[in-house]
Amino acid sequence: MSQSGPVLRVRGLSARIGQQQVVEDVTLEVPAQGVTALLGRNGVGKTSTIKAVLGLVERNGVVELDGERIDTLPTHRIVQRGVGYVPEDREVFGSLSVEENLRLAERSANPRRDLVADLFPDIIARGQQAAGTLSGGQQQMVALARALLNDNRLLLVDEPTKGLSPKLVGEVTEALERAAQVVPILLVEQNLVVARRLADRAVVMADGRVVHTGDAAELLDDEQRVVSLLGVGSTGSSHGSSHDSGSHPDPSTHDQEVRS
Amino acid sequence: MSTTTDTHPDTGTPQPAAPAGPTGGARRGAGLPLRLLAVLGLVVLLAVLPLINVSVPGVLPGATYTPGTLQLMALALVFASLALTYHVIFGVAGLLSFGHALYLAIGAYGLGIVLERTDLGLVPAMLLTLLGGAVVALVLGAVGLRVGGISFAMVTLAFAQAGSVLIRRNSDVTGGEEGLRLDTTNVPDAFVGVTDTRNLYWVALVLLVVVFALVTWFERSRAGHVAAATRENELRVRVLGLRPFAVKLLAFVTGSVLAVVVGMVYLLLQSGATPRVASADFTLTILVIVVLGGLGSRWGAVVGGIVYTLLDQRLTTLAASDAVESLPAVLSVPLGEPLFILGTLFILVVLFVPGGLVGLGARLAGARTRAGRPATPAAGEDGP
Amino acid sequence: MSTVVLLLATGLGLGALYFLVASGLSLIYGLMGVLNFAHGSFLTLGAFAGWETARRLGGDSWGSLLLSLLVGAGVGALAAVLTELLLIRRLYERHIEQVLVTVGLALATVALFDGIWGTDAIFVTGPGWFDETTTILGARVPNDRFLLIGVALLVLGGIVAFLRFTRFGLVIRAGVENRSMVTALGIDVRRAFTVVFAIGGAAAGLGGVLASHYFGYVSPQLGGSLLIFAFIVTVIGGLGSLLGAAIASVVVAVLQQMANFYLSGTGDLVVVLLLATVLLVRPSGLMGARA
Repeated sequence: MSQSGPVLRVRGLSARIGQQQVVEDVTLEVPAQGVTALLGRNGVGKTSTIKAVLGLVERNGVVELDGERIDTLPTHRIVQRGVGYVPEDREVFGSLSVEENLRLAERSANPRRDLVADLFPDIIARGQQAAGTLSGGQQQMVALARALLNDNRLLLVDEPTKGLSPKLVGEVTEALERAAQVVPILLVEQNLVVARRLADRAVVMADGRVVHTGDAAELLDDEQRVVSLLGVGSTGSSHGSSHDSGSHPDPSTHDQEVRS
Repeated sequence: MSTTTDTHPDTGTPQPAAPAGPTGGARRGAGLPLRLLAVLGLVVLLAVLPLINVSVPGVLPGATYTPGTLQLMALALVFASLALTYHVIFGVAGLLSFGHALYLAIGAYGLGIVLERTDLGLVPAMLLTLLGGAVVALVLGAVGLRVGGISFAMVTLAFAQAGSVLIRRNSDVTGGEEGLRLDTTNVPDAFVGVTDTRNLYWVALVLLVVVFALVTWFERSRAGHVAAATRENELRVRVLGLRPFAVKLLAFVTGSVLAVVVGMVYLLLQSGATPRVASADFTLTILVIVVLGGLGSRWGAVVGGIVYTLLDQRLTTLAASDAVESLPAVLSVPLGEPLFILGTLFILVVLFVPGGLVGLGARLAGARTRAGRPATPAAGEDGP
Repeated sequence: MSTVVLLLATGLGLGALYFLVASGLSLIYGLMGVLNFAHGSFLTLGAFAGWETARRLGGDSWGSLLLSLLVGAGVGALAAVLTELLLIRRLYERHIEQVLVTVGLALATVALFDGIWGTDAIFVTGPGWFDETTTILGARVPNDRFLLIGVALLVLGGIVAFLRFTRFGLVIRAGVENRSMVTALGIDVRRAFTVVFAIGGAAAGLGGVLASHYFGYVSPQLGGSLLIFAFIVTVIGGLGSLLGAAIASVVVAVLQQMANFYLSGTGDLVVVLLLATVLLVRPSGLMGARA
């Protein structure tokens, strides 16, 4: 492993949508390798954090990509610097064909069409079909393919397995695993089994702030902390019904358990 | 907060008064009677203007007791009232209507036609016109509000255009392009003729005060609050179990019906109506007035209406003046077109002065108050 | 029968004009959410520019008509691009203010045209062929209708081809659907805004020159009167839909002509009635995806 600094460093990030403050004060780092999972209960500001990094919502604070400030740039410039984005709910262009969706996403002269064809032969075969008529799983493939076509320094992937059948969850996970070999990923994921399999590190948010940072496996294997931090059992079966320490986790969880 | 050296806990209160402007700080303690007194004084001053000899060179064409000047000032008051009625729709409820002129036209033409075609007296004729206007507003509002935002703007524009077409085409009823003359048979003599301009001026003043009071009442009512909330966040209003459609329709009908009333006074003041009052350009003029004065503010609408009317008159005089005509064509052509100057001014206000004239005034006043602040706390100190 | 043919031909000609205005309005609204009240002024300016061109070339040859069309389109495009760059762009994402600025621009420019060219209508002449008629199924159809329909079809085809086969077209189509996702793919969508304004302005300028031949005159009010019907057309067709605008243009214009003839000149009112009906039955318009 090379000892370069984090690819993404976020300090004191806040964001608002309209009048509403959706991200309070987020500080986190994404290492230059592997998958960092961004976890937390619904509505704690995970998606908004991703959007704030991209400048898709009004934001304040410091965001650095490979040591360079990107928090004052417009979205398209941030993306051009090598940030791939796979949004929640896919956001493929439904009236455009699959092939057009992919063509629109290509930023370089030689996009990685081979990789995409290798990972998602199914959607390449449907190149002329309108993306809006694809199944949810296929649309997710298109959304992933749009990001993987380019040489990125970082991928921001928001809930890629949401609403997919178990078989498709497996396929998407596999694709992300392959992608993670070449590019670091910040992954928002509610399916803790998927997060456990992909993530090296975990960042946990509550009420618009980061409340825990540490090793993903260590966190996700600790049933008690999963319940207290994420409000669910690690099987993802039921709600922990814990209206307890969500906003005030015990001090030990603040420990930075970083391994190098 | 780290400030612990407060000796008088109640000194903190006066702070918000200055920048909050006409709407916000009005209800606070001593602010209300003072403000009310100031407004009352202003109304009284406006009311006695026809009786005294005041000349404001450059702003008014002549002394305040002359019929020509009174006519202009009355028109300014009518435009201020009209702007207030539009403020209910656009400023409060956030509905961008491009058809507001239609309701002024209904008031003016409606009353004119009723007076001409029936033997009704002035008051019954006005009530009949009002009723007709309310029905039209209710029906067209209900249809138009099926769409939101920009579509609503276009739909109201289309309806107003239909009204404009109807007026121009049915010349046997409306006088067509020539316009409609006021049939004075059933109009009290006090409101007829050049010599009684003074009375019409007072009518216009009463109109403005009444419309202002009604609009204030509407804004402070529950419906007004819900309408404002709908403008900000329709989804949340819906979540609260309220029906945005009903509230929007109420605001639309309220603003439109008040515009009908303004239209009736307009007819009396102008002794007639021309198809121009139904045109799309006229609606755009109302929009310009509201934004020029300060969108979302009642005083903004009033100031905008008065400033616009006077400016329009002065610019028209300027356009026809020898000074402009002697200029080279590059200057004389644009300066010879009042609407060009007003349109340009409007663009500049939208680009650079978001709060309009009232916002600009509040900002300037705010800057001055802040500069001279040390003196103020001592003054407003020993109340209770 | 011959009356019906004549009404159809005239309606199609008028529909062509509506489409030339509505296509730009619809594209601009679809991509940027801007309702452009100044669009009528692009048309009027194009018409005056075309008239000035033809006048200087000595009027009624085919060459001067062709050149006046080109100049009209060019001037319309230029005015539109300047509007976008100088006024609209400063108010990025503030839709109400953007509308207000175009309202101010519409008022100011019409007044300026009044000052420059006078308020009276100026009569224009085209090639002699325009004054003749062609007999179709017994109806004597004025020839300028064919030019109008032809140009509108060319413009429709041109825009469709542009949208389908160019990179900008791809960006515009995607942007109409989901603008923020386009920027999230690393594309500066604002460049597409300028392109859309240029296309809309060119179509309007072209429409201006053609309108001056259809009506037989130019006046500062020319654009404004067509604009209102173009608005109705875009709402009926569905905001943002080019095909919807094309279909609605024809439907509205033909209906208007028919009603004017058979229902004693009630065309304008019938159109507004149609609008109300569409809104009641289908608020998003014929081809509109979003309400």
